Formats: sequence, structure tokens, C-alpha cells
Amino acid sequence: MAAKSWKEWERPLLELEQSLAQLRARIAQEPEHRREELLAKVAEYERRRDQHIQVKYSRLGPWEKVLVARAEPRPYTLDYINAIFEEFLELDGDRLYGSDHAIVGGPALLHGQAVMVVGHQKGRDIQDRQYRNFAMSKPEGYRKAIRLFEMADRFGLPVITFVDTPAADPGVESESRGISEAIASSMLCMFGLRVPVVSIVIGEGGSGGAIGIACANVVLMQEHAIYSVIPPEGCAAILWRKPEEGPKAAAALKLTATSALEFDLIDRIVEEPFGGAHRDPLAAAEKVQEALMTSLQALDAMSPDALKAQRYEKFRKMGRFAEAVLAESRD
Amino acid sequence: MRLGAKPRATGDAFIQCAHCRKTLFRREFEQNLDVCTHCNHHHRLGAAKRIEITFDPETFIELDQDLRSVDPLLFPDYRQKLADAETKTGMNDSIVSGMAKLNDQEVSIAVSNFAFMGGSMGSVAGEKITRTLERAADSRIPAIVFCTSGGARMQEGLLSLMQMAKTTAAVERCRAAGAPYIAVFTDPTMAGVLASYASVADVILAEPKSLIGFAGARVSKQAQVTKVPDGFQTAEFVAKVGMLDRVVHRRDLRRTLSSLCRMLAGGRK
Ligand SMILES: [Zn+2]
Repeated sequence: MAAKSWKEWERPLLELEQSLAQLRARIAQEPEHRREELLAKVAEYERRRDQHIQVKYSRLGPWEKVLVARAEPRPYTLDYINAIFEEFLELDGDRLYGSDHAIVGGPALLHGQAVMVVGHQKGRDIQDRQYRNFAMSKPEGYRKAIRLFEMADRFGLPVITFVDTPAADPGVESESRGISEAIASSMLCMFGLRVPVVSIVIGEGGSGGAIGIACANVVLMQEHAIYSVIPPEGCAAILWRKPEEGPKAAAALKLTATSALEFDLIDRIVEEPFGGAHRDPLAAAEKVQEALMTSLQALDAMSPDALKAQRYEKFRKMGRFAEAVLAESRD
Repeated sequence: MRLGAKPRATGDAFIQCAHCRKTLFRREFEQNLDVCTHCNHHHRLGAAKRIEITFDPETFIELDQDLRSVDPLLFPDYRQKLADAETKTGMNDSIVSGMAKLNDQEVSIAVSNFAFMGGSMGSVAGEKITRTLERAADSRIPAIVFCTSGGARMQEGLLSLMQMAKTTAAVERCRAAGAPYIAVFTDPTMAGVLASYASVADVILAEPKSLIGFAGARVSKQAQVTKVPDGFQTAEFVAKVGMLDRVVHRRDLRRTLSSLCRMLAGGRK
């Protein structure tokens, strides 16, 4: 039976890490002559932990990627924003209806360069999760994003988006206020931008909710992030009427970064630290920062028109189909 | 699937309305464009019939008819489903696209067929919609798209999701070129199609009672504690909340489209 959650899947490793922490705490209290022995034990535990991580993380299958992408301690958008930018000032409101906390955004400084940042935001504890609506944005979130994109365009600020949502909010309220229109308009807006746009999928790239803010000149994806047209459980429910067949659907959907790169749908995979971004968030942030800077530098010399054209052509090419050459041989 | 999509034949001369179950004269039913003469239920139309009743006779020229879906993900059963849909509909994929005339005005058109895998949008549908919009943009003529779809085609995974972006980008191109783009939502228009090119048309029309929504009604209801409003996700509801322009009876669609195309394409050059 495949694990259902990241916690379940990583349990042996977490237990090992816990014993390690306990052992380390004990060392200080032990008499001198016992320390040697305990330090040796620590080293042994560390070796076992690293080996365990090596085995578990070196060949993550699609379903394991789903679990890791959803892992609770995984760094979220604001974690990266705090680690990567010297300054960030959150702005809010769609100026039409309300305030949405599932998408955050505002101007920020990246190595002295002013940029506009927009991203989905998950919550870590129960209260926070509800406050963030599980990173499932309502129309107001996408309309706030549009406001910020347009502002960036006016002031010539490059746009950076962080993608991490299971899906857009599917509720009655969202439907009544035009969630579909909001997502579509956000994409439309992005295709009109005359500034560089870089997007990075840091966790769950969940269908329309994700692509709504990911129409960029350069699309990056973290090593263990996922990007999918439908959640694997939903796919399994529709195709086989068995939501528990998520692991099978995850494999079929090819939702990993490697597959996305293979199909030319993303530009680059951003490596994560040993054992995943959640094991060393700062190291993960450094790698993300480097990727963002490199991507922006590559776009720096392009004119506003060229940026818009490159974005169009990039997405224009996406898709795989056959087109018969001999039209006259039909029928 | 919802009840009431397909009329049932009861002998050669009669047909039963899928909604009110009344027996109707087939000839009358067909003359009324597959709308029930008793309860006004708009039955789903195939692409060929849609084109026939909407555009000037003999003016439709199909383009891109050689585009075929492949199975890039080697997704379980996808090839078989495609083959079954081809046999059932005689079509290569869910969209028919090309050029036609509407009251002598040249228009670039695309029509979705729900019978082909629920009108779902994979690489082929995305490419056809994109080409339709690009042709309109390049020639500065109106684009008309008849939508009906369950959403993105999950058997093509992320490639399908990207069709949302690609088609929406083409809408941006129409806007930049000043080519009017009109979408007609027919039953049902859902999910990935609704949340991309469909919802950013200059003008949105819908046939009465069409199901229109982002999430399946079941999902929306689950996600909400509050009561679902009456007529939720019907064309009339979507019009009431301001997300489309007009609900138009099938018999008035040709006239409405023609009038819109003429006026929107008639601005100062
Ligand atoms: Zn009837």
C-alpha cells in the first residue's frame, strides 16, 4: 500500500531524526567519559539517516513527488520571499470586491533590483491554513494578481511568480464571482506584459489555479515540485471511480519536473538540497535565488516587444499532435 | 452526465424530448433546430449541424482537418478512447475549424463537439482554437467559437493544461489586432475551457439552460457549507452574476452573431 501522506511516507526517517536530536541533547548532560561513546553513536545515526535519505530521495516516483510537494514543512512562497529578497512590501485588495489571502504579492528588491512578486500562499497550522484557504485562491486573488502585473508593467518592474496551489477555489462564491473569468483574465494580462516574467513552481502546480499566474518568459520548477492538469486523486476518481488510485494516476499524468522538461513545458529544473527543500530551506532558497537571477539576467537585454513575442512563441509551441502532410490522400 | 442531453428516437416520424419526455414530430423538432417545441429544451448539436444552421449555406471551408491527437504520455486506454470517439463521431478530434461566411461577412470559426470525448481540450483542440483566433487576428476579421467541453483532456496531462495558456495568448493577439472575438457557450461549457479562451471573449452569448461552470457541481457543493443558489451554473445564473452578455435562443443566434460581427468590425479603421 502506498503512503497517503508525506508524514506517513517519511515516518521512519522522522523517527531517526528525532532520536538523533534526543541523543544530541543528552550528550551535554552526560559525564565526560561517556561522551565519546555517544558521539560515535551520533555519527552512526547520522550515517544511517543520510543513507536513508539517499535511498528515499534518489529515486522518487511520481506519487512520492506528490507527497513531498505537499509536505507541510516544505518552504512556502513567503518563506522564499523572506529568504531571497532584501525588501518586500505586501500589497492587497482587488479594488473590486475583497481581499484574498491565498495569493500574496507586492514589490520587492532582488539584489538591488526592484521586481514585482506574486505567489500562492499555503498555511502551516490549521488556523493559518484556513486563513489562506489552503492556497486556493478566489477570483479576488487573481484580480489582485492582475492589478500587480499591470502595475509592474507600468513601472517596468520584472515579475516573479511563485506557484504553489492544489487548485483554484471551486466553491459557490467563487463561481458566482467568476473564478473562470478571473483565471483567464490573469493569463490574458500576463501575455500582454512588456516586462520580463519568471515563474517557479515550488510545490503543487495545481491545474488552472496554477497556470493562472504562470504564463512567463521563463518557467522554472523545483526538483520535487509537481505540475498537473488535475490532482491525481481527482483523475483516479473520474477515470476509475477510485480516488484511492492516486498513485496510479500520478504515474499516468506524468506530473514530475523531469516529465515537464521532457515535453518542453518548463525551461529548467531547480535542484533541491539533499533530502528535499524542507530539510534545508535556506539552502533551497539560495538555489531558487540563483535560478531567478540567472533567468532575469537572460531576459534583461530583450526589448518590451521581444519579451511579449518570446512569451507568445514559447506557449504557442506547446502541445504534441500529428499533422498529416498529404492532405490530398485523405478520404 | 446530466439527463436531458440527447433526444430519443421513437420510430421514424417521432422523437422524445430528453427533458420533458413529450413525443414530438421529428420534422417539427428538426425544423426547430433540435429545440423541444413543447418545453424549449435545447438539445446538444453536433458540429456539422451547428455550422449548417449558423453560417451561410455552402460557405464553410474546413481547415486543419489533418490534425490528430497522439498519445504523448502513453496514458492508459487513451488510444482506445480516441479510436472509439473517431468511430462514434467521424471526427479527428473535438473541434472543427475553418472559414465561413455570415451574411456575406467572412469569419474565422471553431465549433466544439461534445460527443468527441466530452469536447475535452488536448493538444489538437488547443492548436485548432489557437489557429482560428490567429486567422482572425491576421486578417482582422471576427472569430466565432462555439464552446462545449467538460474541460481539459487529462489523458494529455500538463500538455492539456498548457492549451489553456496557449489559447488565451491567441485571444490577446486578437485584441492587439482589433479582431472581434465572440464565444457562444452551449451545454456544457466547463472547467479548463471556461477558465481560458472562452471567458475572455469580447462578447459571450449562451444558449438557454446550458451548464456553465468552473468545477463540477458536486465539487462546488462539497466545498461550500452554504446553500447552492437556484439554477446554479445555468446560463441564466451566469448571466445574472454578470459573467456573460446574453442568453440567446438557438433560432436567434445567427441573427445576433451576424449583427454583432457587423457592428464590432465596423469601427473606424
Ligand atoms: Zn421538451
